[in-house]
Amino acid sequence: MIDIEPLLLTAKLAFITTIVLLVIGIPVAHWFSFTRFRFKPALEAIITLPLVLPPTVLGFYLLLAFSPENAVGKFLHHYFNIRLVFTFGGLVVASVIYSLPFMVNPILAGLKGLPRSLQEASITLGKSGFITLIKILLPNIRVSILTGVIMTFAHCTGEFGVVLMVGGSIPKETRVASVALFEQVQNMNYHTANIYAAILIFFSFSVLLAVYLLNDKFRKTHIL
Amino acid sequence: MLRFTAHKILYTADGTVPLNVSFVLKKGECAALFGNSGEGKTTILRILAGLTPADKTIILADGEVWDNSENKIHLPVRKRSIGFVFQDFALFPHLTVKRNLEYALPKNSNAGIIDELLEMMELHLLQNTMPHNLSGGQKQRVALARAIVRQPKILLLDEPLSALDDEMRFKLQNYILRARSQYNLTILLVSHNISEIIKLADRAMILAKGKIQKEGKPVEVFPADYPAGECKLTAKIIDIKKSGTVYTLKLIADGKPLTVTATEEEMAGLKNALP
Repeated sequence: MIDIEPLLLTAKLAFITTIVLLVIGIPVAHWFSFTRFRFKPALEAIITLPLVLPPTVLGFYLLLAFSPENAVGKFLHHYFNIRLVFTFGGLVVASVIYSLPFMVNPILAGLKGLPRSLQEASITLGKSGFITLIKILLPNIRVSILTGVIMTFAHCTGEFGVVLMVGGSIPKETRVASVALFEQVQNMNYHTANIYAAILIFFSFSVLLAVYLLNDKFRKTHIL
Repeated sequence: MLRFTAHKILYTADGTVPLNVSFVLKKGECAALFGNSGEGKTTILRILAGLTPADKTIILADGEVWDNSENKIHLPVRKRSIGFVFQDFALFPHLTVKRNLEYALPKNSNAGIIDELLEMMELHLLQNTMPHNLSGGQKQRVALARAIVRQPKILLLDEPLSALDDEMRFKLQNYILRARSQYNLTILLVSHNISEIIKLADRAMILAKGKIQKEGKPVEVFPADYPAGECKLTAKIIDIKKSGTVYTLKLIADGKPLTVTATEEEMAGLKNALP
């Protein structure tokens, strides 16, 4: 029988990361969609960096940054008594950074795809930028938001390199499904490893299928 | 009364053109901006609305400063009492016709104007329809009604009828006239269509090379600059007679009989319309 704890921890990590990224990702994407800031391309590249960077590279630098010996870790530990290395909180912060492009990019693509006149029509009707975002722009990019949410959640469930570097493998704290799978393989427990792997494959396939079905359904019903 | 002065460098396919425009709009007046593409007509509307920045601007609406570049005053778009009808209508796709209008209603305002406008624009039967199920003319009426909901100080119409065929255009001009008289609207209209300007506007301003070259009553402004012997109209051909190389056509336009002449070449263009 497999230990269900890593699966629950994975779901918890993915859920919290997705919620945090939804809150952060929408304003970030909105800002990117209209800003003429001269260093915008550099910022876009930084946000998208996790897509192309080996996870261990990011994990390594986050590990250094979160370490109580270094500036960020020392600051958090000294002033807030927060420790991010080898804790679940650290995993969430690392996952948020690592999964940022999975949330921001679909929402940004959705916003850029809307006619500029929608936003302009709303503000000429006396509405603020915030009301325009909430009541006009977001309802018209529902598919993009849903894609961002599903892709972020799915990506979090498959994280390995960053999670292992920042969190290690502490049962009930940082040992998520991908790490548990790796340990089972190292211990030659191929049967258990197979179950973890099969669950992750099934989940990832279901998520992608859901994204494509939803996209198809929304297009057919003319809902953007 | 609205005073507008703006200076802005326009970047066109033929190089840079300095836009230097100044005009005054009286309350209840309808003025039209006419000119070739790229002359900056839409830019003027956008500067007035606050959507496009200019290098130097002074805009005063009933004494309220909307823009004064010298004093670095720039009233945000949402605080300007404007109604803007965009070329693409910009209807909110996820809201029904009625909810598009309701969105424009300021807080604590009388919601009665929504039903009034739906009635006036003959949209009451379509009030629960989504925008993607509307025709071009219906969309235009919704866009116009939505822009009027706030009863703005100035209504900005950016070639609102350009996407419509002549028959629909004619009908919608009447809706604009009706709304104008009902709400005493001050209107700034951008149009390429001379007959439309003559029908709707009290004053025409001809924009060329970044400046207003000529302004005045539309009937006085246009014949001097544009061939008076040509016109564009929607009519039914009831009789054709050929005399030499010229054809004489009897037409019925807007219920009235009309006789015009046409060349062989023009007749060839009318091939599909012949009885």
